[in-house]
Amino acid sequence: MSGLRIDGLRLTIGRSEVLKGISLDAPGGVITGLAGESGSGKTMTGLAVIGLQPAGSRVSGTIAFDDGDGGVPNLLDLSPRAMNRLRGRRIAMVFQDPTASLQPMLSIGTQLTDHLRHHLHLDKRAARRRALELLERVKVPDAEAAVRRYPHQFSGGQLQRIAIAIAIACEPAVLIADEPTTALDVTVQAGILRLLRELTDDLGLAVLLVTHDLGVMSAVADTVAVMRSGTVVEHGSRYQVIREPRTEYAKELIAALPHTPAPGAGVDEPPAGPEAGGDEGESR
Amino acid sequence: MTDRLEIDEATVTYRQPGRRTLTAVDSVSLSLRAGEVLGLVGESGCGKSTLARAVCGLEPLSSGAIRFDGEPVRRLGLRPRDSRQRRIQMVFQNPYASLNPRRRVGAQIEDARAVAGRDALPVERLLEQVGLEPAVASRYPYEFSGGQRQRIAIARAMAAAPEVLIGDEPIASLDASLQARIASLMRDVALEQGASLLFISHDLSVVRVIADRIAVMQSGRIVEEGPTDRVWSDPQHPYTRRLLAAIPIADGLGRLPG
Repeated sequence: MSGLRIDGLRLTIGRSEVLKGISLDAPGGVITGLAGESGSGKTMTGLAVIGLQPAGSRVSGTIAFDDGDGGVPNLLDLSPRAMNRLRGRRIAMVFQDPTASLQPMLSIGTQLTDHLRHHLHLDKRAARRRALELLERVKVPDAEAAVRRYPHQFSGGQLQRIAIAIAIACEPAVLIADEPTTALDVTVQAGILRLLRELTDDLGLAVLLVTHDLGVMSAVADTVAVMRSGTVVEHGSRYQVIREPRTEYAKELIAALPHTPAPGAGVDEPPAGPEAGGDEGESR
Repeated sequence: MTDRLEIDEATVTYRQPGRRTLTAVDSVSLSLRAGEVLGLVGESGCGKSTLARAVCGLEPLSSGAIRFDGEPVRRLGLRPRDSRQRRIQMVFQNPYASLNPRRRVGAQIEDARAVAGRDALPVERLLEQVGLEPAVASRYPYEFSGGQRQRIAIARAMAAAPEVLIGDEPIASLDASLQARIASLMRDVALEQGASLLFISHDLSVVRVIADRIAVMQSGRIVEEGPTDRVWSDPQHPYTRRLLAAIPIADGLGRLPG
């Protein structure tokens, strides 16, 4: 089975124990959702997997990584050098705010080919060809022109598509998406969620989706793990966790949602207008 | 006439060097009655924040008028503004930026109380209203989480005894579990003191919970306006329908929105 198997993951910063023994499977082709309030440790779990936990934190436990050909029994035992070889290549990450995660002074083309050339030793022309493919894959319009442009010339939704393209460039086995749609408008969010689902299915990615939005969870996650103060309190199928939560905390979390399961009659109508669905902010 | 705030064909334009003029707010008319909560929703770039800034006098109008109690809102300049118009208060999106990091919470609330004069509520009472201990007055903003900071920002705005409270995406930078709570808190606090609330957000599902009326904005224009229940259950404009359809619903069914 390709993907991640996390077992007894602990993380302490100074004296505070941020993760208190997380055990979680994130198999390939599946979106595993991590839900919970801020401070519950969901982001830290994602960061620990990719080895980006804050300086000075102590990590223990095992994170087994399997990408089909070999894999690593425990990512935490790897030397920084070995981890660097995996990071960005076999394990990739998409952050919340694409305007902050992309370098404002480098063209999209440079940011898309930098790690391709480093990890895969592609030459300039091959890397550029791959960059164009990737932009088309994530449906950024006019890829030829896009590689020459800079982040400020794109809308937030387009930038997040580009950030996803950068993440999947080296064909990773694991993708960590930390609140990938929180900074975006709902109509743009819908497009990104669709893309995430598509990539997971087509590339067999193991996606660890960190989000506090249970609506987003419900739309794309296959399984949902609810976290609270450094532990996983409940992990089950999307339907079970959202519709029939077993633990008191998960029940509370779902009860706190602003939109109750009955969203109003008008919403279920077929989307109106010829331009409905898939519409996204124009790149500027 | 009971309209406390009246926006009458207000237009705000920006001149962009080398490009055509951008009309951020395009002859928008809205009114806010006393003790009413109006939710203004729309996607980024639709002009909703520009409208909020115009209401506060932070943005000059190129045509139209904004009247507060019948008096036109004048542009905020270097001189102190008319004391009446200080009864319009704003809560900004980012409480990390809107509070002064170098002054104690209590001192910042005191400043706002000076605006209210004799109507000012005691600091302890204001903090209590937003669910904070009176003791926090002696602490600094960095000691608080985002949600707590936004509560402080609300307390500060309420300290000026506003008649119109404006929230410009006040919950966008908060956790989902907090968003609904802070939004409801804003509604409760405003109504308790008899203020009207103009609540701006891109999140229809939160606005629905607290607003009496909803106005939907697209490219600088109001495309739909009506009572919350009606807009939610029977949206008229295609854009509103699209917005509603794009909200992912936590039903556990794995339906992709939009």
